[in-house]
Amino acid sequence: MNFGRLRPLHTNAVIFAFGGNVLIATSFYVVQRTCRARLAGGLWPWFVFWGFQLVIVLAGTGYLLGVTQGREYAELPWYTDIWLTVVWVTYLLVFLGTLWKRQEKHIYVANWFYLAFIVTIAMLHLVNNMAIPVSFSGWFSYSLFSGVQDALTQWWYGHNAVGFFLTAGFLGIMYYFIPKQADRPVYSYRLSIIHFWALIFLYIWAGPHHLHYTALPQWAQTLGMTFSLMLWMPSWGGMINGLMTLSGAWDKLRTDPVLRMLVVSVAFYGMSTFEGPVMSIRAVNSLSHYTDWTIGHVHSGALGWVAFVSFGALYCLTMWLWKKRQVSHALVEWHFWLSTLGIVLYITSMWVAGIMQGLMWRAYNEFGFLEYSFVESVEAMHPYYLIRALGGVLFLVGALIMAYNLWRTATGKDPAVERASDVPAQAVAAE
Amino acid sequence: MWKFHKWFERHTLILLVGILVMVSIGGLVQITPLFFIESTIERVEGVRPYTPLELAGRQVYIREGCYTCHSQMIRPLRDEVERYGHYSLAAESMYDHPFQWGSKRTGPDLARVGGRYSDEWHRAHLVDPRSVVPESVMPPYAFLANAEVNTSLMPDHVRANRLLNVPYTDEQLASAATDARAQAEPMGENAYDFQERYPDAVVRDFDGDPTRVTEMDALIAYLQMLGTGVDFETFQAEAPENQR
Repeated sequence: MNFGRLRPLHTNAVIFAFGGNVLIATSFYVVQRTCRARLAGGLWPWFVFWGFQLVIVLAGTGYLLGVTQGREYAELPWYTDIWLTVVWVTYLLVFLGTLWKRQEKHIYVANWFYLAFIVTIAMLHLVNNMAIPVSFSGWFSYSLFSGVQDALTQWWYGHNAVGFFLTAGFLGIMYYFIPKQADRPVYSYRLSIIHFWALIFLYIWAGPHHLHYTALPQWAQTLGMTFSLMLWMPSWGGMINGLMTLSGAWDKLRTDPVLRMLVVSVAFYGMSTFEGPVMSIRAVNSLSHYTDWTIGHVHSGALGWVAFVSFGALYCLTMWLWKKRQVSHALVEWHFWLSTLGIVLYITSMWVAGIMQGLMWRAYNEFGFLEYSFVESVEAMHPYYLIRALGGVLFLVGALIMAYNLWRTATGKDPAVERASDVPAQAVAAE
Repeated sequence: MWKFHKWFERHTLILLVGILVMVSIGGLVQITPLFFIESTIERVEGVRPYTPLELAGRQVYIREGCYTCHSQMIRPLRDEVERYGHYSLAAESMYDHPFQWGSKRTGPDLARVGGRYSDEWHRAHLVDPRSVVPESVMPPYAFLANAEVNTSLMPDHVRANRLLNVPYTDEQLASAATDARAQAEPMGENAYDFQERYPDAVVRDFDGDPTRVTEMDALIAYLQMLGTGVDFETFQAEAPENQR
């Protein structure tokens, strides 16, 4: 057990175990509500659920035993990859089948995003994980591509795991849960069309910004940077559409901490999708790459956007699925403020740490020699890693408070639960 | 124009196809040319396939997740070239299935760590990193010295690589198991034959334990060859064919 084995466990647990389960749960809920149809496929949705849990168990136990492909966020060994493909194609078919059964004329915007997420992840997964196993009894395999081609394939996958798993899928959540909880229609129907198509088209190109100044040919690096900069626009299109849905209901941010959590997640989305294009600029990247700045950036997205929008959706789902019970607002307030403080500590400490690292590595003394040895930069990180750990603990405590709150609400053990209004809100986009 | 969009909103298949088209273009335009544009990988002398022992070491490197803290990609920036050596070439990872360029430097870059330290230093460092670098935050890997390499599996590894067009000869495939052992036994009976098959590889008892071939042998053999292939005395970085 060491960091090298725990780190894939951490990234996969957050992205696929937590994120994946939230996406499967919310997409199954949203597609049924917005299509006014039951899930297609009888027992197959259960297969998707349990099959995906099996992927998680195989992945987690495998990583601890050192079973990995050595590809970031695609560490699953070849046999788990095949199993995941079966589960994922079933997921796609259940989702499509439910869309086909729908009683509504239009496919609601949240479902566009969910569908793009499911389809694109299937494509990325299949191409990036092509490999030749050493033997059918062993876990080790050699990837089909090597070196520079493999690097770009991996970051085409890696960046779009962010783009489609952690962005498109969670925008689907945003497009259902924010209008519903705010009881307002989506701000702009046309903006949602433009930013949807622009987002999915542009995202795919952005991978090479992970490979600035590497042995990847420069034309590919330049393309990656250009599209990353353009990506800022559709990202903020989504943010504006989410935030402006609050038009006429801004006062609810004071009274409804669940809605506040959802809205703050969109604000974090806006912040990290601005930071991302900045970091994709070659000159900035020459400083930020390989440093903890990247780690901070990822966590402002993962904690601020992905986790917060998920938490908001989980509060909503618990209230809606358990007979319109109300979660404890006081506990949501504690969760919200503790976790927000945790995120702020985390990302600011990583900014300082990352920029300091980058500057120390390139610092020269008056005689023209490198000023610092590498290990001096390692030593300099200690205080920031402590602050980051504190931030992480605060975030975790917030999440535990949520777990308690959800459990209490679902079991109805809290005598103080208020009944929410029984009037269902309209969630369909205004035309 | 907005009316036109109803086709996508009302027909699941049209929406599906629309999405597929949009998300396919970027990858096709960016990735596929890398397989056809000849200048993508520089033509250099000295890059060779890994020896069986190095392959086993590379498997340890991947298994332990070394890439989560160490990069193997030196960028053409002044400080990096001075700190780590000549910037990395695409050719240097052309037999890397998968690539291990990494994305984070919690520890230093390893693209040219080969030959920089002695085997003894690596051994001490892997057993207890803080015995040689007091400020290090690296975990210890002492258990590698007690894990024997299953050399009988090495022909399967070489065969898989051959399927991927890594140019191993029939002889190298046939002797992969003995070669894995031979590279760590300089006084062994197969050392000479091994050297014939891999003239540029070094034969040493990497882990200082002559009785067996351990993962410590394998990992140090791998680390000691990283970045040592290309002769940069003869490489013309400014030549037009090497400009990318």
